[in-house]
Amino acid sequence: MTAVPVIARPARRAGTRRSRERAAWGFVAPSLIAIGLFFAIPVFSALLLSLTDFDIYALADIGNVRFVGLQNYERLLGNPLFWTAMKNTGLFAVIGVPLSIITSLGAAVILNARVVKWRPLWRVMFFAPYVTTLVATAVLWNYLLHTRYGIINWAIQSLGLPAVDWLGQPSTSIPAILMFVVWKIFGYNMLIFLAVLQTVPDDLYEAARIDGAGPWKQFKHVTLPAIAPTLLLVSIISVAGFFQLFAEPYVMTQGGPAQSTVTVLYFMYEEGFKWWNLGSASAVAFVLFLCILAVTLVQLAVAKRMGAYE
Amino acid sequence: MRGRTVKAIALNLAVAFIALLVLFPLAWMVSVSFMSTGEAAVFPPPLLPKTWTLDHYRDLFLTQGMGRYLWNSFALASMATGLALAFTVPAGYAFAKLTFKGRDRVFQLLVAALVVPAQIGTLPLFLMLKQMGLVNTYAGALVPWLASIFGLFLVRQYALSIPDEMLEAARIDGASEGQIFRRVVLPTLQPIIVTLALFVFLGSWNDFLWPLIILTDQSNYTLPVALAALSREHVQDIEMMMAGAVITVAPVLILFLALQRYYIRGMLAGSVKG
Repeated sequence: MTAVPVIARPARRAGTRRSRERAAWGFVAPSLIAIGLFFAIPVFSALLLSLTDFDIYALADIGNVRFVGLQNYERLLGNPLFWTAMKNTGLFAVIGVPLSIITSLGAAVILNARVVKWRPLWRVMFFAPYVTTLVATAVLWNYLLHTRYGIINWAIQSLGLPAVDWLGQPSTSIPAILMFVVWKIFGYNMLIFLAVLQTVPDDLYEAARIDGAGPWKQFKHVTLPAIAPTLLLVSIISVAGFFQLFAEPYVMTQGGPAQSTVTVLYFMYEEGFKWWNLGSASAVAFVLFLCILAVTLVQLAVAKRMGAYE
Repeated sequence: MRGRTVKAIALNLAVAFIALLVLFPLAWMVSVSFMSTGEAAVFPPPLLPKTWTLDHYRDLFLTQGMGRYLWNSFALASMATGLALAFTVPAGYAFAKLTFKGRDRVFQLLVAALVVPAQIGTLPLFLMLKQMGLVNTYAGALVPWLASIFGLFLVRQYALSIPDEMLEAARIDGASEGQIFRRVVLPTLQPIIVTLALFVFLGSWNDFLWPLIILTDQSNYTLPVALAALSREHVQDIEMMMAGAVITVAPVLILFLALQRYYIRGMLAGSVKG
């Protein structure tokens, strides 16, 4: 690098400020343009699209599009399949969120114990399913859940219980898919919980033990307060995740049996890319967004009330 | 003392049990992929092949076009990674360390945009790309990876820790902003660049909904899309489907295990700091 003459510096400085600003815009512009073009514009257009009757005829000739106001939304509210999808998605979230969080937290508490051997190894192993390809492991679980040859039914039958037609009947299809989902994702939140648990000082547990607190009391009075803010964050992210299930029903059940696993996103996909009702599918997307937003706000309000988050 | 030992044994047993539940499905997938046709469809389910065979792998590559799908997945994930880094790393750095008009306002806007799931824009984005003639092309499949707000945050968060003095010293030496970025900033950002590259590569490899929509021709299918189509045709062929699942999962699993430090560190930084 060449040395800069001292005298030239003030002049350069004034120039640098302007050139620095220009350089900064050069750095951010490509990214901001891409975000604007491929994220912001599509999201806003989705709102507009949901107010039109864009369908397969409009796809052929854009002149066929008409503005229909809130008709798509009205028609959705009168569509029983939409309500089935809403109900199924709600069920997935209501059972799935607590189930996955409890599993993650349980695994984290166990792995956090000093006496457990090879902890770093288990940490990575328990997380591994999370990075696997969803479609591939969904296909795998289809066979694990197989009524006649599946290992899960083998385990159940060796306990003397009757085999279950997991993916073949509406009453067990959601629990079956949830088993798979929890297996796949619990490692993610487990790692987050573990990171927080490791910040809790041992003295606190020691003090609680001296006060005569058993494992459950220690968990309730030491662990839980320490992880409360994380618990909130994790539950918000989990709700959004469970609201967006798509590939699982697409691969494992195709929405069946008897539409018991049609989720809102699956419904949107079929409406949009099977029947090409893009206007109505956009309305579905927006309803989904509003639902996620509403649940998030409720969670934040509840958390504020409980004083878990400041 | 005895209570301690009992507790230690119980906890280690619990961990072993969880490990069995977590790892058994993956091990079984690999084992079944080497069984001969029909061998896995018996009760009780066999754990290991009677005779090990590569028939299903051969069949997938020779008659089912698996090589093509593998290439598509690999090419798309690599390009997505390169493009995402080129777009988000400079931007993340600039948001952290350079001052420009409106920076904070733009940043707040991006924070707010994080709550909007990208799926909402799927339908208009598809129509846009159709107008541009990008449906059923690699370019169309790559587009969403250019607009990663999350990646931008990840880099910004990390870049905040670069000391200003270091940049100032380079400026006094007469380096241009571009030179500073290449010679000073990029080397310091190296760990987070590896993390982001890993996230994008795995994300693109595992992605399903968008490639399913945008890649309409079978010759352009990625592994997940091809596997989903294949599983509808070949429900009965457990052994072949497991071989397909192994081909799909193995590359990302190996990549993750090799670079897990980077992955986990980045994941925790992204979620704990928000």
